[in-house]
Order: sequence, then structure tokens, then C-alpha cells
Amino acid sequence: MRLELVKRPQHSALFSALSPFIALALTLVAGAIVFMFLGKNPVEALYYFFIDPLRETWSLHELAVKAAPLILIGVGLSICYLSNNWNIGAEGQFIIGAIVGAILPVMYPDLQSWIVLPLMLLMGILGGAAYAAIPAFLKVRFNTNEILTSLMLVYVAQLFLDWIVRGPWRNPAGFNFPETRTFHDYAILPEIWPASGRAHWGFVFALLAALALWFLLSRTLKGFEVKVIGQSPRAGRFAGFSRNRMVIFAFLVSGGLAGLAGISEVSGAIGQLRPSISPGYGFTAIIVAFLGRLNPLGIIAAGLILALTYLGGEAAQISLGVTDKVARSFQGMLLFFVLACDMLIHYRIRVTRPALATKAERAAEEPAHA
Amino acid sequence: MQATLEDPVAPLLEARGLTKIFGTLRACDQVDLKISRGEIHALLGENGAGKSTLVKMLFGALEPAEGVILWQGKPAAISSPREARRLGIGMVFQHFSLFDALTAAENIMLSLDDPAPASAVTTRARELSKAYGLPIDPDAHVGDLSVGERQRIEIIRCLLQNPELIILDEPTSVLTPQEADKLFETLEKLKLEGRSILYISHRLEEVKRICDRATVLRQGRVVAECDPRKETASSLARMMVGDEVQPVVRDKPAAQREVLLEVSNLSRKASHPFAVPLSGINLSVHAGEILGIAGVAGNGQGELFEAVSGEVIQDRPDTVRIRGKDAGKLDISGRRLMGAAFVPEERLGHAAAPAMTLSQNLLLSRYRTDARAFLSRFGIIRNGLVAQAAKRISAAMDVRKSAEDPEASALSGGNLQKFVIGRELDRQPLVMIVNQPTWGVDAGAAARIRQGLIDLARNGSAVLVISQDLDELFEICDAIAVMHGGSLSAPIPIAEATYEKVGLLMGGAEPGHAATPLAEAV
Repeated sequence: MRLELVKRPQHSALFSALSPFIALALTLVAGAIVFMFLGKNPVEALYYFFIDPLRETWSLHELAVKAAPLILIGVGLSICYLSNNWNIGAEGQFIIGAIVGAILPVMYPDLQSWIVLPLMLLMGILGGAAYAAIPAFLKVRFNTNEILTSLMLVYVAQLFLDWIVRGPWRNPAGFNFPETRTFHDYAILPEIWPASGRAHWGFVFALLAALALWFLLSRTLKGFEVKVIGQSPRAGRFAGFSRNRMVIFAFLVSGGLAGLAGISEVSGAIGQLRPSISPGYGFTAIIVAFLGRLNPLGIIAAGLILALTYLGGEAAQISLGVTDKVARSFQGMLLFFVLACDMLIHYRIRVTRPALATKAERAAEEPAHA
Repeated sequence: MQATLEDPVAPLLEARGLTKIFGTLRACDQVDLKISRGEIHALLGENGAGKSTLVKMLFGALEPAEGVILWQGKPAAISSPREARRLGIGMVFQHFSLFDALTAAENIMLSLDDPAPASAVTTRARELSKAYGLPIDPDAHVGDLSVGERQRIEIIRCLLQNPELIILDEPTSVLTPQEADKLFETLEKLKLEGRSILYISHRLEEVKRICDRATVLRQGRVVAECDPRKETASSLARMMVGDEVQPVVRDKPAAQREVLLEVSNLSRKASHPFAVPLSGINLSVHAGEILGIAGVAGNGQGELFEAVSGEVIQDRPDTVRIRGKDAGKLDISGRRLMGAAFVPEERLGHAAAPAMTLSQNLLLSRYRTDARAFLSRFGIIRNGLVAQAAKRISAAMDVRKSAEDPEASALSGGNLQKFVIGRELDRQPLVMIVNQPTWGVDAGAAARIRQGLIDLARNGSAVLVISQDLDELFEICDAIAVMHGGSLSAPIPIAEATYEKVGLLMGGAEPGHAATPLAEAV
């Protein structure tokens, strides 16, 4: 017996729309099974994971804090993936954005003025974009595989951050802890509504970026170009769109947004650079982009859902005593089910039997019965 | 021949009431078909008439919703192509399924249901090739072979299974007239051995020449069964289309006026191992003129189209001149802005993005030339106006579609082709370059497209038509040049052109008339 994937002649529009929800439901079921094997009551576990974090205002703020980088990076990645550029290195662009954005408060702490924060954000965007330009340039010039180059650059960025906070940028008054000095007040991204919680303006940036890119994709010629080149490169060439310019554009946009997410996280949520500033936002945002069907508005919703898995992971760690790796496995399962649902919407599984005898045998048996 | 025509008790294959439904469309509706032993049976019909659906059911690639297939009088459930081959049904597809990088023998081995040693396959292939007049070299790499040779591999591959019924899908669409003649000899030989052939074609003259019976399909139903030899081409066409096909009307060639498109000394290296290099191509098209480029597929037509359209840019600006101005360094958008329009060979994936709607596909080639109409500030698309224009084009070209603005891939080949041609005609371009304007398009749509091209030329535009269909070129062109091995012959004025002359050039014969005064463009 052999399994084959056969393309469906037409796919159901209804199931295409439902696919993320089906994937979510399947993730919950699979998650319940995982908790059962961990010896926990699955209902209680899912409650702590997905409901409990939503019950209080401060934790809704935490949700926004976690969702902000996911949405910012996710919408940028949607431009990449729609145009067939597989940028897997948003985590590295996030880190470099944070480092470049932190130059002012770390190296020039005496420069205290309202101009510092806008400059930091700008430098964060430029840093992320410049770092993303490396795989883009390599792809255009040498036809390298951007999946590999962008991914490898993540490790370069992580090690660079590690070195810089232990070495040149270590806080002189920090008792040798591997941290930079804490940002001064002018370098802190303010909270949206300080009275109730920690959510900072990064969340607003994320919503604005999603709206802007949604408009770009759905209404403008540039968005049309992104989709044509992604879906049908030859038709794109016939239209006169340049594949190479699109590679550069997609990487700069997604790198810039990842950089903005990085500096927003550091100046809004953390307040200094540390050896680790991201719990894998750049990778989780890949799931966000696909769960949101590469549509910026869908990505807002998907970003909130994935943010919840982070919060749920922390909550479950405290209330149930399970490892925080459970959150990672939830994210992995979610991506798996999203992709599997999409696959089965476009293809069906056919079972083929190796022996050609089956039909003939049946035919031979029939007269005997008759 | 007489001996084999004796009607045996049961026909070799009989289909009764075959029905296949896709959604609401009855692609095949109660189709009856009877193929006797030792006959060449034509299956005629426009695109979308249900020919391929019917054949796929016979070959086990689709399952009928209703009806039965009788093989030698007994009901047969043909559930897969493998099952069909086992019964004795072989098929040669229109689009070949060969690997360029493998040899002929290796390609043949890959297709065998039961593995056999390489040497045995090679020997057997050589025998068959000799017996049926299908010369091939089993050790040659497919990438180096002509289309005609590739087709022979497909036929030999099919014959190795020793089929009693051979299904041929539009076999001559890629052949020169001389190659087609050879194929017909092979078919006659097969027929004399008592094998049957189901011959799918839209070329009525061929069907009249070689087929014993014909079944005509229209909109999924059998509308006629006849002896094509007793019919005329126009009576067959009438059966297929349901009413009279409008003959294409052509004026006397306009007095030669200014040159609107000029290509001089265009050479191009092969961009990949299976591409054809171009060498020293010269051509010029005047206002009001249609120049045809004939040639067997794969002789550099695609490469020429890419170069002239600006998908590939030339080294020297004066290699391509449009309306007297250098265009060699401009990209496709730049050349469009100079007044040129292009229709490539492949509809889906090149001329149109499959998953995009018709109006989006309209924007695809016209966002620059019609920027003022279709875009507002900041590149925001005026969807309403684009949709209106798409509607206008669909109406002008009689594009039949299932929804207001369907995805390109939802249209049948002929209707999409009408749209992508209409998209350019709608602009009234001064220079129009079309590659295979009616390839795989039904007779009604083809007539409409050809008439559109003629009208465009009559209004003073220069039209360059690259086509494998000689009938088409003879019907609409003022002169025909022939492409072979990446070079282009001098144009032959239509008054002097004959099928034989053009056919010889297509086969690579030295152009005996190269010294005519027409070879002026240098």
C-alpha cells in the first residue's frame, strides 16, 4: 500500500477560510493529549494555558507586549513570503535592530533630549533592514539560497549580542553582570496607558504597520507586484516587474520591521540590552504569518494567539509546574496543523495498492458466486 | 485493408452513455462511441467540447459518473492508466512527458510497468523504430532531439506495450508537413496490422485524409457520426461549431509603408542547456503588414520572443528598433510605452497569472501604458475602472466565463487566449508581437483572434506572428519567414509561398531563395 497526494481540481473556499480555526482546534486536542501524558488534568491545564491569562487587565497588557513584536515581524514576513522570498532570519534582524537602536543610550548616555527616542527607532529600523540586506544581496548577486543565509545570520547576530553585552558595552556600574547600562528616561518607549499596565507603544506601531501593509497589499500596484512575482514569476517578468528589485524590497521591509520590533522590545519592555532579548519572536513570527494566512489583518489576530501561548506557558509553569518548553511545543503543533490543513485543502490522499491483480481476482471470483 | 474492415461481431471498444460532471458542467453527457478493429477513428470537437474528458475516461485517468465501457464486447472497469495499458490501450499525449536530460532508451524504460533490462529495451525499441518507419537513436539525449523525434519516442514507448488501441492527441500540431506525412504512413501501417487508432484533431483536412470514421462532440454531446471522406472541411466545421465559422477576411496587402518594427543582427547565447542560441536574426515589419514566422517548436521562437519583447535586453540599443527609435536597451515596459504589445506562447503562468482574476491580469500588462486610467496617486489601483475595461475586453472578444471576474485558470484555454489577445488589441498597439496566437484554441475562437490581428494591421499597425500552424500563417500573413536552429530565413511574400517551400525550410533545407531582393534588412 502506498499513499499519494493528488491535487484537488478545485478547493473549497469554506474550508480555506476555516483552516486556521480547524488547526487551532486540533492543536488544543493534541495539547490536551500532551498534558494527559504529563500526568496533568488536561481541562485544567488548557484553562491555565489559554483562559487564565485573559482574566486580568495587567495580563492583557502583557499579551500586547508579547504580541507587538510578533505582529510587527509577522506582517513584514508576509511581504517576503507572498513574493516568494523565504526570510527565516527575522530573529537576527530583530537583534541587530535592537543593538543599532541602542547605540545612543548606551554609548552616548549624556545625550538626553526628546530627539533620542525617534532616532533610536529610526536606527533600529535601519539596522534590521541593513542586516536583512545581506541575504537579499547574496540572493540577487550570487543566487544563494536565502533560507540558509538568513538563518545562519541569526546565529551570528545572537553571538554578536552576547559578545557586546559581556565586552565593550557592559555596564561599568553593573557589578560585572553581562548587561548594558539601563536606558535613561528619554530612551524609554512610553507605555500606552501607564495606569493599568506595561503595554508600550510598540503595540500601536504593530497595528499601524499591519494596516499600512494591508493597504499596500490590497490596494496598490506595489502590492500587486508582490503577489504577481510570488505566484507566477514568469508572468511577473512579462509584466515588467523586476524579481531582483522585489527581493531587495521584501527583505528591506521585513528586516526594517523586525528591527523596529527589536528596538521597541528593548526600549519598551526591557530597558537595556542583555545576552538574550527575545524568546524566539523572530521564529514564532513565521507561525504568526502563516496562521494569519499572510494577510496583515489576519496576522494581528494570529499574533495575539501566539502571544497567548507565551503567557500560557509562563502561567502553566507556575500553576502546574510543567516546563516552559510546553509553550514551544504548542507553537510547533500549531504550525504543523496549519500547514497540514492547508495541504489537505489543496490535495487529497489516495491509497494505491501495488498489486494490479486485485481487480482481476475479483472479476475471476464473481462468476463462481453467480 | 479490405480484410481488416470486415466488421467483427463486437467492436474493439464501445462506450455507452458515458457521462462526467464537474460541478454543474456536464463535460461529457451520454456519450456513445464505437471504435472498430483496424480503423482510424477521428474525435472532433472544439476546445471544451469534452474530447479530453472522454479520452481520460477511456484511458482510466478519470472515472465516469455514468455509463459503461465495453472492451471487445465485455464490460471493463478502467480504473487507472496502468489498467488501460494492460487491456491494450496506449496513449500518446499532446504534451510530451519526457526527461530532457535522459536518453531516449532511458525515457522508454522509465515508462514500463514491468521493469526490463536496458539492453532488451534498446533492442526492442530499435526493432520497432525500423518496423514502423520511426527513426530514432535510443542513445540520444532527449534534450538534443527535435519535437518530431520526441513524438516518435512517445509513439515507440506506446507501441512497446503492444496496444490494440492507440489514442493520439493532436499529434500533428508540432510537426512539419513532411513529418506529418511520415506519421500518416506509420498510422496506415498500424492500421493494416489490425490495430485501431483514436485520432484527436481539429485539423479537418487531415481527418478527411486519413480517418475512416469520425465522432463529433459539441458541448459534451455526440452531435454527429460520419465518414469524414464524404464530408467537406466546412461541413465538418459546421458540425463542430454548430453554425457557420466566419471565414477570415483579408485585404490586399497595404502598400508598403514605414517600418514599425526592425530587428537587426540579433544574436543570443543559450541561457540554459536546453535553450536555442539565436544567430544573426534580421527582420522588419511595415505598417499594415503581418509577418509570419513559421517553424517547428523549439527552434528558437521562444528565445526570439523574449528578445524582441524586452524580457531579455540586448547589448546594443539598435538591435531592436520600434517605430524608428532604438529599443534594444529598454525593458518590456519601456517597449510597451513606445507602442508595442506582446502576447507570449504560454497563456497560464506567462501571459496571465493563473490564480489572479481577469481584471488583475489586465493590469498585468497595462499598468504602465494605461497608468493614467488605472492608477491614482501613490500607485493606488482604481479597481472599478480596471474591472470595467476587463468587461469591455471580454465583450469585444466574446470571452465566455462562469463568473463576473473569474480567476484566469478557471477559463478554458481558448477563452483565456481571447482575453490575453484582446487585452493588447484593446490598446490599438502600433506594433504587435504574438507567439502561437491560436495554439490549442477552438475553431471559433481562432477565427476571432485571427480577424482581430488582421483588423489591427489594416488600421496601420505592424504585426509579427510566430506560429507552428502553417494554415494559420497562410491565412493571415503578407509574408512568411521560417525559423530553424536559431536562425531566420528571408521572408517569402505570400504570393510566392507554398507549403512545400516553407516546409522544406522548416526541416532545415538551405534557403534557395535567400538572394531575393527581400533580404534587404541588414
